[in-house]
Amino acid sequence: MSDIVLKTENLTKRYGGVHALEGANFELRKGEHVAIMGDNGAGKSTFVRQITGVEQRTDGKVWFDGKEANFAGPIEAREAGIETVFQNLALADDLDVPSNLFLGREKVLFNLGPFSILDRKYMRKATEAALVRTAVKIPNLSSTIRHMSGGQRQCVAIARTATFASKLIIMDEPTAALGVQETAQVENIIRTLKANGEPLILISHNMRQVFDLVDRIVVFRRGKIVANLRKQDTDGNDIVAYITGSKTGEAELAAA
Amino acid sequence: MNAADGGKDVAQTSHGIGGLTYDAKKRAWPAEFNVFLALVILVGAFELIGRVFLGDSFLFNTRDNVDAIFNEQRLQIIILQVSIVGIIAIGVTQVIICGGIDLSSGSVVGATAMIAMSFAQVATVNGNPNPKAMFIDYGLTDLPVIVPLLVAIGCGLIAGLVNGALIAYTRIPPFIATLGMMVTARGIAKWWSKGQPISFPTESFAGIGKGLMPVIIFISLAILFQLILSYTKYGKHCYAIGSNEDAARMSGIKIANHKVLVYVIASILASLAAVVLCSKNLTAQAGMGVMYELDAIAMAVIGGVSLSGGRGSIVGTVIGSLIFGVIISGFTFLRLDAYYQEMVKGVIIVGAVVLDQWRQRRRAIGA
Repeated sequence: MSDIVLKTENLTKRYGGVHALEGANFELRKGEHVAIMGDNGAGKSTFVRQITGVEQRTDGKVWFDGKEANFAGPIEAREAGIETVFQNLALADDLDVPSNLFLGREKVLFNLGPFSILDRKYMRKATEAALVRTAVKIPNLSSTIRHMSGGQRQCVAIARTATFASKLIIMDEPTAALGVQETAQVENIIRTLKANGEPLILISHNMRQVFDLVDRIVVFRRGKIVANLRKQDTDGNDIVAYITGSKTGEAELAAA
Repeated sequence: MNAADGGKDVAQTSHGIGGLTYDAKKRAWPAEFNVFLALVILVGAFELIGRVFLGDSFLFNTRDNVDAIFNEQRLQIIILQVSIVGIIAIGVTQVIICGGIDLSSGSVVGATAMIAMSFAQVATVNGNPNPKAMFIDYGLTDLPVIVPLLVAIGCGLIAGLVNGALIAYTRIPPFIATLGMMVTARGIAKWWSKGQPISFPTESFAGIGKGLMPVIIFISLAILFQLILSYTKYGKHCYAIGSNEDAARMSGIKIANHKVLVYVIASILASLAAVVLCSKNLTAQAGMGVMYELDAIAMAVIGGVSLSGGRGSIVGTVIGSLIFGVIISGFTFLRLDAYYQEMVKGVIIVGAVVLDQWRQRRRAIGA
């Protein structure tokens, strides 16, 4: 039990009569990378929103880091150690890279309330270290985010996540809007995270990416988890069958 | 389908993602540099027109009885006449960077001037009781200068708290909240003495706005707030909120508190401008500061502060205020009617916003 980072039991979310998520039982172990797959509207993002406190669940329980978790909002979840890279990047366009990395948790030289003097040298150094650790290459740290490509922005967002999350990182389609080489860069960051032993939940539609990167694949269909398979026990066709519903996972799940 | 290997190659290049090189030439100049260039061109234009048509110099000393290189008198007037509105513009700059707008500063100047001045009056004028003294019956005359100063700061604090709380907690647009304050504060200014001017301040109060004191106060405050914007958490959060409020909220910044603070600072700066103004004029009138809010916004916008938030600096606003001063002074120098000044001012304000929009669009299409 001690090496389980995240566990959900019977996690359920209903919007009025719509059952967006039903009875999801999910586990994530230390250092494990898990992909969540499924069609649009299958409940992937709903599942993440319940964990990160963006929405409040209808029913069920969540344990995070050994304790039962009831996050009132995303900031609480973040403080507990869950970092999320959202589809719409939460970056401030007019700030440079270190300012974005440390946004809302600036390191200060001395505390004068809101007028605390920033420790810019430290934040710059820490940013450089974080970019090295995640293998993100940004040509000029002082450049504002506005002047960067989509891939660079995504990398900054991920580097920020990886810098502060000690316990769990969630990425919601991090490469959806990126080109081939930018995608490769983001995937490299994810590999680096894996090597560092940081647990990750990756939501993705990209079969190749998922098989390249993760240890385990969880498939959602119509708000339910229909498959929970280790990568070596399955293949692309199998996953597609679960996603489209031509194969149902009741038997396997019962066995597991 | 071997993007994974390709990815490793990418990671080994030294120029960022996908082999994208960083083009140092494309790096935008600081916006302040462009504004400064505009100031230089403007001064040059006045100098040229002066030399050609008037046979006089705008910038340099042409009088034989004065030993100086520059026309120091004119330079002093240029900065002196913008320094009071400039103090307001320092606050307005922070509000605009934070994604808001403050239309109330001119009226806050009026109300604060009236209220503060009534605590700065002398008891006797030329041996007779001060005919304008409001609180002479209560013995509130000849008070130390700190009293009217604190009263002024108090006025600014209240106006700012109301503005900030309305914007942060009722979520009405800053335009409407501060418009309400603009009308209300002007009403207070008129009601305070039933429209009568308030005059005869103490000598120490009159000292605040004497001579070049407004310039010194303006420049000191500008330096102070430029440092605050560049080096403190407050400054960083101003830019963050103006640039992407949702991102700032997701990052755990307390948006509401920050906004209240920004509007409080802006209103207190307007109050300080009021103290300097009525001290300089030795009187306070209910009509003081009319249109100052728009002049202050114009100075900021000319100085490169983006009305959509997130970009700009106090340095830019100071240069913007100098452009303002040069235009007014230049028109006087060319002996043109004051009416033209207003017209040209209007054109320049709109021109600066058009320029800002154009710059943003160009940036958006990646040019």
